[in-house]
Amino acid sequence: MKVLMFGWEFPPHISGGLGTACYGLTKGLSQIGNVNVLFVVPKAYGDEDHSGISLMGANNVPINIKELYFPKSDKSINYIEVGSNLIPYVGEEEYLNLSEKKITDSNNPLKIKDGKFNFSGTYNNDLFDEIYKYSLVAKVIAKNNSFDIIHAHDWLTFPAGIAAKRISGKPLVIHVHATEFDRSGGKVNPRVFNIEKEGMKMADHIIAVSNLTRNIIIKKYGINPDKVSTVYNAVEPLNKTAKTKLKKGVSEKIVTFLGRITMQKGPEYFLEAASMVLKKMNGVRFVMAGSGDMMNAMVKRAAELKIADKIHFTGFLKGDEVTDMLHMSDVLVMPSVSEPFGIVPLEAMQSNVPVIISYQSGVSEVVKYALKVNFWNTTEMADAIYGLLNYPSIWRLIKREGKEEVDNLLWENSARNVREIYLKVLKKEQDNLPVKNKL
Amino acid sequence: MKSICFCFEVHQPFRFRKYRFFDIGNDHYYYDDYTNETYMHNIAEQCYLPANNVLLELIKKYKGTFKISFSITGAAIEQFSMYAPKVLESFKKLAKTGQVEFLSETYSHSLASIKNEELFAEQIKKHDDLIKEYFDVTPVFFKNTELIYNDRIGEFIATLGFRGMLTEGAKHILGWKSPDFLYCNVRNPRLKILLRNISLSDDLAYRFSNKDWNKYPLTAEKFVEWMTAEKKSEIINLFINYDSFWKRQPESSGIFDFLKKLPEVSLNSGKLKFATPSEVIDEYQPVSSVHVPNTISWADEERDLSAWLGNEMQDEAFNKLYALSDKMKMVKDKDMIRDWNYLQTSDHFYYMCTKVFSDGEIHDLFNPYESPYEAFINYMNILSDFTLRLDKFIPESNAEKIKNLEKLLEEKNKEIYNYTKKIEG
Repeated sequence: MKVLMFGWEFPPHISGGLGTACYGLTKGLSQIGNVNVLFVVPKAYGDEDHSGISLMGANNVPINIKELYFPKSDKSINYIEVGSNLIPYVGEEEYLNLSEKKITDSNNPLKIKDGKFNFSGTYNNDLFDEIYKYSLVAKVIAKNNSFDIIHAHDWLTFPAGIAAKRISGKPLVIHVHATEFDRSGGKVNPRVFNIEKEGMKMADHIIAVSNLTRNIIIKKYGINPDKVSTVYNAVEPLNKTAKTKLKKGVSEKIVTFLGRITMQKGPEYFLEAASMVLKKMNGVRFVMAGSGDMMNAMVKRAAELKIADKIHFTGFLKGDEVTDMLHMSDVLVMPSVSEPFGIVPLEAMQSNVPVIISYQSGVSEVVKYALKVNFWNTTEMADAIYGLLNYPSIWRLIKREGKEEVDNLLWENSARNVREIYLKVLKKEQDNLPVKNKL
Repeated sequence: MKSICFCFEVHQPFRFRKYRFFDIGNDHYYYDDYTNETYMHNIAEQCYLPANNVLLELIKKYKGTFKISFSITGAAIEQFSMYAPKVLESFKKLAKTGQVEFLSETYSHSLASIKNEELFAEQIKKHDDLIKEYFDVTPVFFKNTELIYNDRIGEFIATLGFRGMLTEGAKHILGWKSPDFLYCNVRNPRLKILLRNISLSDDLAYRFSNKDWNKYPLTAEKFVEWMTAEKKSEIINLFINYDSFWKRQPESSGIFDFLKKLPEVSLNSGKLKFATPSEVIDEYQPVSSVHVPNTISWADEERDLSAWLGNEMQDEAFNKLYALSDKMKMVKDKDMIRDWNYLQTSDHFYYMCTKVFSDGEIHDLFNPYESPYEAFINYMNILSDFTLRLDKFIPESNAEKIKNLEKLLEEKNKEIYNYTKKIEG
């Protein structure tokens, strides 16, 4: 079975959960056999090697065909990088900010250097234009390659998936890692919503990363429940050779928030809980690791709460720094308001850090050895933090059992579930063909 | 003639309110009055009162031939008198018939039997005094919290003057033996042991209303047939949680109709009669001793203590609680003693059980907590506050003394541990 997959980001440039999930799933699929993936990713070229790039389509889109090798399984897949400024997670507004910045900031890695990039030249700051052009490229790729099924990850690639379906007539599976309702916190952008809805309507099957997301798809997008399945994410085993570079410089315990500082992640609830804990005990510090549009507001709020000396803002952390941060932490809190899945708690559990997560996260459907609270219930959150820091047995138990639990969440299992869905979709396709075409 | 020993356990814990860490040192009231009262109202209306009525009618109808027994905890009685005096009245009526035996228990349904004999004895006395006060009888037959038993506990119970004790007819202690005979404690044969018939008890408590059960529906005739199937056996101990007549077998399941029919069919069979535990130990001879070196209970598949103790949280809470025992001896304050008792209620440790993840069956009864972690943190917050209060009650000089003694004890324990290790190899 050959799968044409429109995904996001491959190592070494992974900036967040979506790329990690795509990579993990692709790797998992390559390990279970019978599935070949041709992976297509948008990529804004900055400092990379351009030698392998070929141009494609009416827009002179640079295309780079590469091979990715998975060391452990001794397998590799082909993947195609398509020159594009699409980056995951951004909404229209945020995208505008980013692209405006690009004009003034020449060091921004998103900047396109050599003008080959046709649509960057006549750049009109319109994300939707970019998405449309990406779908044109997808059409060309779909025409020139053979495959049995199409798999598209999140709304930015839905038009590409649909285009590929139209030209090839192959079934389309879309994978929803987040919806506009999660990203926007209620202020839904109708254009984004429409693209999502169109993708869901056109899809032969929809994969949601949690029941939480599945319910949103059914209720808010009006999709037939039979068409939506939940496949939970997993987590890549820890690279054992990775060593901590930084040492914890303080003797106090550290409670960490790790993620984008945006409304979706509920950073303000973390601060409120922190201030309650600090009123009652010494010997603890709080860290807010990440960046985002609410960061300044949070710094201000910390000052208002008079806890600025005990709360530290690190800014955006890269891969190794994330590992270091986790190693220094005694407790990780993820107070997300709306989190379709949430991979960070799993990474923390791998690093032996007990976690407190909100019920409003998909990951809370998967793990048992974690403390769970409603994101708005800051007293309960504070109580959970205090309990973990002050009563050693619960901290030890959650740390040990949590590690064991997360080590058994394998991408191979998720990939098997995805393969089941492929087979179901293909069988249905087969059944629906007119009799004369079956043979 | 075979004796049916029909016993019910009646217990309600004093559930704690959400007690946050910032309450520690500030607020010393621990109970969720609203939940306790509401729950008591509901269960009184739907279970205790109607079930008591049915039993009372049966006792009157079968003048002297239908007998039952109750094991009611002190915590339940206190809540009756606070929230549902009608229930108390109805139990008093049952007591007056003379056909009901009240068993001895621990006052707060505690786990003291496995930790501290002195406290254990104290709590039994407190319970039995309460029973005397309300029902004007003094219990002579003992039933421990959750049927917890081992040879040592049995031996100790004998020293308190009890002549018999009920425990679980667990397969792993019985082996090929049947629970349907009288046994005795292995260390002190004077203490008679009754064993719960698990299968027949659970037919009533768990399976009665289950339509997927291949024996469904259960009729009194069928049940009597099962009870009389084995010709040689002498006693059938049906011990069930009284709450079962509500949560698992609601009135609509026909359980009360079944109960109303059961005495008639049993007595008419000519092979069965009803007896209370103390009558049974007078009438029958023990067939053998029962050897229980490791503690058993009636909980879960394991029939051991693992529902209450074993995970780190349970052990920490349990040990920290009982570490206060010596200090508590010096305290006469009424509120402190009340809280000390209710902190020991076994339910709190049950809520912290992480086996729930795999063993949901018995743990489906009302649990005020979302997770074992929440239960633990709440408990520890309360215990922290209680410990602070307790320290204020202990004079400085005594506190110092106790500290030194504790230190000494710890050192000795370490020594013993090291020597044991050496001996073992």
